[in-house]
Amino acid sequence: MSRHVLETAADVPATGPLAEALAVRGRLMELTQASHDAALLPEEPGGLSHALRAALAARIARLNGDVALAAHYTALAGDTGEAALADPEAFGNDTRISAILSYVDRVTTAPKDATRADIEMLRAAGIAEGDIVRLAGLVAFVNYQVRVALVLRKLGNTE
Amino acid sequence: MTRKIEKFTTRVPHWSPYVTPVDLETASDSQRAALSETPSNTKVSDYVLVLAHDSQALSARTPLFNGIMYDKGGLSRAERELGAVAASFVNRCIYCAAVHASRYNQITGDETVMQKIFFDGPAADIDPRARSILRFGVKLSQCPPEIGAEDIAELHEARLDVQDILDLTLSTALFGWANRLMHTLGEPIDNRSPE
Repeated sequence: MSRHVLETAADVPATGPLAEALAVRGRLMELTQASHDAALLPEEPGGLSHALRAALAARIARLNGDVALAAHYTALAGDTGEAALADPEAFGNDTRISAILSYVDRVTTAPKDATRADIEMLRAAGIAEGDIVRLAGLVAFVNYQVRVALVLRKLGNTE
Repeated sequence: MTRKIEKFTTRVPHWSPYVTPVDLETASDSQRAALSETPSNTKVSDYVLVLAHDSQALSARTPLFNGIMYDKGGLSRAERELGAVAASFVNRCIYCAAVHASRYNQITGDETVMQKIFFDGPAADIDPRARSILRFGVKLSQCPPEIGAEDIAELHEARLDVQDILDLTLSTALFGWANRLMHTLGEPIDNRSPE
């Protein structure tokens, strides 16, 4: 029913109480899509390419058990070298990628355990301050998106 | 001397960034535009100046944050704050928990609910509707999130309709997002002067 990534991945029904509730929050769903575009397809990607972002998003979706969003982001990563990083078992073969994956995994699965040392690790791996913020924003957004998608699926299924 | 705050509190600490905030004097036009609105219409803080490194993301995020927490209709303001606190509890974001527990207290005028949540978490002895909301928020905030049909049914039994559940989901998931920024890009420190 919708061109938005989140509602499409959640397969929300076109009519009924959930569709009506989403329409009430239509502006917020637009801003959610704008946040997706900023995290995955930014005009100024800095040191994090679109392909790397998509692969990391697929990895985060998989760590959260979201098959549909994992498939969406894997497709978005395309046939690139970065695509292999979508597998949570994959580890980087250089310091920069290893540091990024370590941050992604910890902040996705156990953000409570994150400390200053996680940011220092990124900095030590040569990641610029702007890219640290871009990476944090990507991880945080996808973790939001998978949670909203999960509940939309449950609400849609019970109608 | 500064001291990192490790325990949940309703007294809002100072947030000290690990990443250098953007300097407002030298900020680009797009960064300035992104800073024209702030979360909860508070002053331009070090937190939003850190996020301004990514102005495109911040430009969408701030109105989304304000809409999820303040737009009219649906779930009450207090219960949206309860979702925010549930996420912040799971993710141990002391700063977010303090800000949103204190907003809950301001709205409801009852400080005992947050005291019990900070002490006992999802086992807190609070009224059944608040407990259902808290439990849902906690389960949604786990990784992977653990929400089943029975959790939706429990909310319906507590008289939350589909709109309320959507609004609760948005505020809880939004704080999964906020916690992952605030708790990883800086730390809460005691803001009481040592003098």
